[in-house]
Amino acid sequence: MESTDRIEKHLLLKATQSRVWRALTDAAEFGSWFQAKFETPFKAGQHAVGQITHTGYEHLRIEVFVERMDAQHLFSFRWHPYAVDPTIDYSAEPTTLVEFKLAEATGGTLLTVCESGFDRIPAARRAEAFRMNGQGWAAQLENIERHVAA
Amino acid sequence: MSRPSVAAASRARAAAPLFAALGDETRLQLVLRLSRGGPESTARLSEESLITRQAITKHLEVLAAAGFVQARRIGRERLWELQPKRLADAREYLDRISRQWDSALGRLKTFVET
Repeated sequence: MESTDRIEKHLLLKATQSRVWRALTDAAEFGSWFQAKFETPFKAGQHAVGQITHTGYEHLRIEVFVERMDAQHLFSFRWHPYAVDPTIDYSAEPTTLVEFKLAEATGGTLLTVCESGFDRIPAARRAEAFRMNGQGWAAQLENIERHVAA
Repeated sequence: MSRPSVAAASRARAAAPLFAALGDETRLQLVLRLSRGGPESTARLSEESLITRQAITKHLEVLAAAGFVQARRIGRERLWELQPKRLADAREYLDRISRQWDSALGRLKTFVET
């Protein structure tokens, strides 16, 4: 059964575990595929802040609180999901936990991404997310199409 | 961006798992009962239950805090009503974030594989 509290993704990447680890935990590398520019590195127990570079979202800041960096295996952080309204101070609101788990697999690395804690996000926020994002998705889809086609 | 048929299909697919995912049997039963029978008072909702009225009230308040139900006060009673749009919204929200992850992870794949 699907949960309303978590999102889980599984992905086989044709790259070594150390390559994937670097792409996730090096803030600059993370930013280049996530489309953000971090001003501070990722360190366990510390905040990292930056600017979104994704088309249509360049006015937004990004902030993550890194929880765990267990070399090559587990990288996790907390953030405010869908914090797309720059006029709102989300800082006092519940966060979700994002976990990246890496495992060796035939032909590459198995990556499991799990974001959990959505049940604690206020209903008003969820409804707002539904309203806010009219244009952003078209841009997202074009983005991925470009990458797939490249 | 998404075609209406896709959105409709996703909404239909989303409804059942959402009920299940409320994660608590009593609350799930309350939601199902309200979705079938329309607005009900706390007293009526407690009648068929094995747990106390006080406990039922707490469960309803949890559902209300999440926006799934809404209470109207009629005299000394509260009448509980389901907010079906909220149920759909919650799932839509997750679907939206889920698609964002698909998109970002697609870029990650390209990034580490090239």
